[in-house]
Amino acid sequence: MVEARTVLSCHDLTVGYGKRLVLDRVSLNFAAATWHAVVGPNGCGKSTLLRALAGLHHASAGSISLCDRPLSAWPRRARARRLAWLAQHAGVTDLTGAEVVRLGRLAHGGWLAGRQTDDDAAIRRAMMATGSWDWAERRLSSVSGGERQRIYLARALAVEAPVLLLDEPTTHLDPPHQEDVVRLLREQAHGCEVCVVSAIHDLSLALAADRLIVVGRRALIGHGTVREALAGGWLSAAFETPIDVVDYKGTHLWRPALDP
Amino acid sequence: MSAPRDAANGMAVWLICCLVLTLLLTAGSLVIGTSSIETSWHWLVVPDEQSAVVLWRIRLPRTVGAWCVGALLGLCGATAQGLFRNPLAEPYLLGTASGAAFGVALSLVAVDSTIGELAWAGRLGLTGAACLGAVAATTLTIALSRGVLQTTSLLLAGIVVASVLGAATSLILLTKPEIFRAMQTFLLGSTAFLGWSSVALLATVLGICLVPALVWSRGLDALTLGEDTARSLGLSLPTLRLALLGMMSLGTATTVGQVGVVMFVGLMAPHVVRETLSVNHRQLLIAAPLCGGALLQAADLICRWIIRPAELPVGAVTACVGGTYLVLLLWRRNRDA
Repeated sequence: MVEARTVLSCHDLTVGYGKRLVLDRVSLNFAAATWHAVVGPNGCGKSTLLRALAGLHHASAGSISLCDRPLSAWPRRARARRLAWLAQHAGVTDLTGAEVVRLGRLAHGGWLAGRQTDDDAAIRRAMMATGSWDWAERRLSSVSGGERQRIYLARALAVEAPVLLLDEPTTHLDPPHQEDVVRLLREQAHGCEVCVVSAIHDLSLALAADRLIVVGRRALIGHGTVREALAGGWLSAAFETPIDVVDYKGTHLWRPALDP
Repeated sequence: MSAPRDAANGMAVWLICCLVLTLLLTAGSLVIGTSSIETSWHWLVVPDEQSAVVLWRIRLPRTVGAWCVGALLGLCGATAQGLFRNPLAEPYLLGTASGAAFGVALSLVAVDSTIGELAWAGRLGLTGAACLGAVAATTLTIALSRGVLQTTSLLLAGIVVASVLGAATSLILLTKPEIFRAMQTFLLGSTAFLGWSSVALLATVLGICLVPALVWSRGLDALTLGEDTARSLGLSLPTLRLALLGMMSLGTATTVGQVGVVMFVGLMAPHVVRETLSVNHRQLLIAAPLCGGALLQAADLICRWIIRPAELPVGAVTACVGGTYLVLLLWRRNRDA
């Protein structure tokens, strides 16, 4: 099997807020055609890691590379075409679903350019993929939280970037739609050869990823396949409590340790 | 998808209604005034020599000028609300009104002052002093917030600058009570002194301000999703803020310099548009100036008509109408919630 090429990487990345250090000298490589799930306890720095990788949070030390070039060396719009970002919390706007998704195409045409010929097709593809096409003409302020999340996800997909950074893409979604998102992320990684990096709270969903990035408090516990993570006890180490993962018909599921 | 066509039709109908209203208000403004000449539609069609002077030299420039001021305030208000992502943002947020008032107060003191150091302020004239004060206040606000990187810092700095300059103006008024009456005219706003030169200036500035507003309208759309998302889309927030703050500063400084402080139009016009139409920023930045222009024309008409032959300060009318409208809006939202 040919190993997928690295499209995003960080070396000795150190990030914090003021004097508070959140990530200390983290080095990671993210391959194309792979879904990487970032897991860890609340406040461990999952979102901070994603924001730093997206160039949205200043790193106090270390370097980030996107497609073999330092992240900071990319012109803004060229970078925006190669790296799509989904925030954990996005603003609620009066724009329609289609207008929000169209924003994902801005870096392709520029702020002054009119509608590009392939924009409509990309918008339709993204909205169909996330099942949000029915709300294309509805105001975002008038749809539910779950519907809104799918529109936001479509906005990130519409960029059609080789790297997708998603901070909690399954927020507000009911279980069937969470499942749809997991299927979508796999399809993006394996079908479209996109490098998908997503922070995810639900451990069972995260265990469906190709690789896990397990972050503990301040330190990276490990980056590897699910099997490596389970064999190494990375999850228990990160959450500082025993994490019980069961194999159900080939699918790894987290079993909460509740009293019978 | 038929919805985009419906939305486009809705916008077209709205624009036509607004233009018709503007034309009616313009016609009304031409026949209603404080002069003793006959007020009738016939006079408008076949004016005599004296009436023609009143029509062409006083009422028409005043009416067109009032529309331009309202349009500029509507444009700046819509821009401020998009830029600060706050529906209560208005054009005077960065301390422009207080800066202009301070500049005018200084200028009035300087006119008959024996203080040599203030002679330059007197030579500026009231319009120049107001513009200079407004631009200086905006610059001070940006300097205090250490640039344009943080929206919250800008808002707080704007409040601080407005408060301090407001206090300084009050102190000047306290020590020089003889300028109080002139200051009052300025602080309450008046369209009475608008001539064709003012109209030319206001129209030029409106045209200049529309350019960055429309260019960055999609940036404002992106900003509604949050600063991180906007930046991830390739938007340079410092450039956007500088361009739009500069535009707002120019627009408000010009209006304040020409007619004084006219409250609520910049706040109200975008709200009226949003309440009657679902719009993105590009549409809002076209509709809000049209709405603002009509609003100020209506206010100007009311202030000339209500206590004829005397007239009310236009700022007092806009404050009453705008305040009432916003209370109604609040009441309706509370009821719907």
